Amino acid sequence: MASTITGEVHNFIVANFLFAPDAVLNDDDSFLDQGLIDSTGILELVTFLEDTYGIQITEAELVPDNLDSVNQIAAYLARKGRQAGKVAGFAATQVLQAAPRPECDQTRSVTL
Amino acid sequence: MCGISGILQAHGKLADPGRLIGMVTALSHRGPDARGVYCDREAGLAHARLSVIDLEGGGQPMSTVDGKLTITFNGEIFNYVELREELIQKGHKFRTRSDTEVLLHLYQQEGEECVQKLNGQWAFAIWDGDQHKLFLSRDRMGVRPLFYTWADGAFLFASEIKALFTCPEVERALDLLGLDQIFTFWVTLPPRTAFRNISQLPPGHSMVVQEGRVRVQSYWNLEYAPDSYRAEDAENRLTADLLDLLLDATRIRLRSDVPVGTYLSGGLDSTLLAALTRSLAGDRLRTFSVSFADGEFDESDYQREACAFLRNQHSERHCTQQDIADAFPEVIWHCEQPILRTAPAPLFLLSQLVRENGFKVVLSGEGADETLGGYDVFKEAKVRRFWARDLESRRRPLLLKRLYPYLEDLQKQSPQYLQRFFRVTPSDLVSPWFSHLPRWELTAKLKMFFSEDVRQGIGTSHAMERLDRALPPSFASWLPFNQAEYLEATMLLPGYILSSQGDRMAMAHSVEARHPFLDYRVVDFAAKLPPNLKMKVLDQKHLLKQAASGLIPASIQKRVKQPYRAPDGQALLGQGWDYVKEYLSPERLRRDGIFHPAAVAALVAKFATGRAHSTKDNMAAVAIVSTGLLIDQFIHPHPGSSLWHPQLLEKCTTSS
Repeated sequence: MASTITGEVHNFIVANFLFAPDAVLNDDDSFLDQGLIDSTGILELVTFLEDTYGIQITEAELVPDNLDSVNQIAAYLARKGRQAGKVAGFAATQVLQAAPRPECDQTRSVTL
Repeated sequence: MCGISGILQAHGKLADPGRLIGMVTALSHRGPDARGVYCDREAGLAHARLSVIDLEGGGQPMSTVDGKLTITFNGEIFNYVELREELIQKGHKFRTRSDTEVLLHLYQQEGEECVQKLNGQWAFAIWDGDQHKLFLSRDRMGVRPLFYTWADGAFLFASEIKALFTCPEVERALDLLGLDQIFTFWVTLPPRTAFRNISQLPPGHSMVVQEGRVRVQSYWNLEYAPDSYRAEDAENRLTADLLDLLLDATRIRLRSDVPVGTYLSGGLDSTLLAALTRSLAGDRLRTFSVSFADGEFDESDYQREACAFLRNQHSERHCTQQDIADAFPEVIWHCEQPILRTAPAPLFLLSQLVRENGFKVVLSGEGADETLGGYDVFKEAKVRRFWARDLESRRRPLLLKRLYPYLEDLQKQSPQYLQRFFRVTPSDLVSPWFSHLPRWELTAKLKMFFSEDVRQGIGTSHAMERLDRALPPSFASWLPFNQAEYLEATMLLPGYILSSQGDRMAMAHSVEARHPFLDYRVVDFAAKLPPNLKMKVLDQKHLLKQAASGLIPASIQKRVKQPYRAPDGQALLGQGWDYVKEYLSPERLRRDGIFHPAAVAALVAKFATGRAHSTKDNMAAVAIVSTGLLIDQFIHPHPGSSLWHPQLLEKCTTSS
């Protein structure tokens, strides 16, 4: 379950910001340093995370420390889940760690 | 305004009139009123005329009475009246009232140095039969285009590349380094173009072709000297001087034997231009504008306010996304290069409106932003540099919120993200293109769509290294603000604003655009102004606003700059147009070999979800579609295509 989230975020970034399915993206790569995401891209990412995981990202949370790499996002979602206990559409037990990356198959499943 | 072309043969061959007719026929849109061809042994000149001055006597190519010199000329010499008087004093006799004949006599009098005396916008070629010498020149800022190539030993030139392509021996291929430059700077660096072995004469340059040898030389440069004005040159005096110059620049650009209209965007520059025209031409002021259904781009409220203030007759072309998509193939046919924005399309439709209303000439406000401190890129650079002086400051980055107020998504960002977007590194600070790095780095991200073959073709060549070699020696000594102005005025202005959005869109409907802000006297004056009068703190075009005070509505004088933009990728991809689908199809992309089909498929999928809104997504969509169109229209046009195919080109090839 946890690995699914890392893979989903990874796939979303590749499909929407790198485009080429064979593009290389490490899960620690900074989106900003790589020039992948601009101001509109941040809002796209936030919409994806909110819609997919049923969470609300507050203004205070909208900072690069939370959202600037696949692993940062995974960690942020995990913290968010722990804080909320269990928020709608997001299981607090989905603690994400060193997940193996799934194939970039462009599929995106919502984990509940 | 007109279209010109010509040939200089080698190895004893004669210039072929049929070939010249073919070339100039491809330029009929630039000059629908008359056509002329001149041949003298190895040399041939051709001309398609848009009659504007001396409707009866200004036919071309035009020769001197003794037949020694012959000219084909595209453009206008606005100070021809004064030059004519000077030449008469020196004994020259004129047969016509045209500026063409003045130019011919001026060359006879001054030789190659004649260009120093010209105030205008030009591309011309003069054949000196005695010396077997072809002299070509292009205006200082690059208003008028001039392309050339060599094929089978012959030198060929023309106002547009499509005329060169009517000659079957001219190679048709994209230039991958040109593509690399467009996907970095939006433009190629002259003499490079988007096509291999097709060159352009850089703005401010002349060229001599004689006995197989070529000499290209600069006759004018933008030179910044912000210390030129002494402290006693008070702001008020400089404001008055600027207004006087602009008034005279407008006055001589109203010289015409046909009515002159004015483009009106509703911004400071065009409204001031309309006001100056009103003061010179009275009730004859006639304005034209584009409007958009999408409020993000529309400025029609300001246009109406300006017209109510100036009490003039006005016509408006309302543009929908469908209009843009419909016009786009023809727009690319005229642009002759991949473009990253659809913004030329509404201007294509605007010139159609102008022509339908019986006008052949319009004044337009290009140049004010580049020379008088108007662009946001200048403001952005100023804020980033100010912040970089104290990177720990908590207050300085708050100024980042003042940038791009019309970009809603940017305004929604947290301070932390804004600081990362506009981050300044120590290496950025010493870069000669500090001001433009964010824009160019963003644009260069589009290369992620290039195919492996294209990446290999480009190799290790780096667009910015080539730019480094093209900068003038004095660049390093200029103030950062002037460096930013120079990059804007010598790259985007001639390569995109004056061509893809300017000359090409106006000439597509046989309309000549004239630019008072690009009068060289205004440009030289502006280059000597201290930067703080162009941008006072963060007040853009400060001195120009002072000059416009009382002449235009206060709301327009004080409004925040809104750059001209149009709906981009969504206009092309959002509506499922058949031709767009074809250019984005994996089959077509594989055939052309420029882009990575799977990456483009992901972009198309993103547009289909309605999530594609970023600048990069939009630029990528427009760039990929425009490149596909360009390849179809110019590289291998095929009569069987179900979509756009350049009928004009086929017709020209046949007739030649």
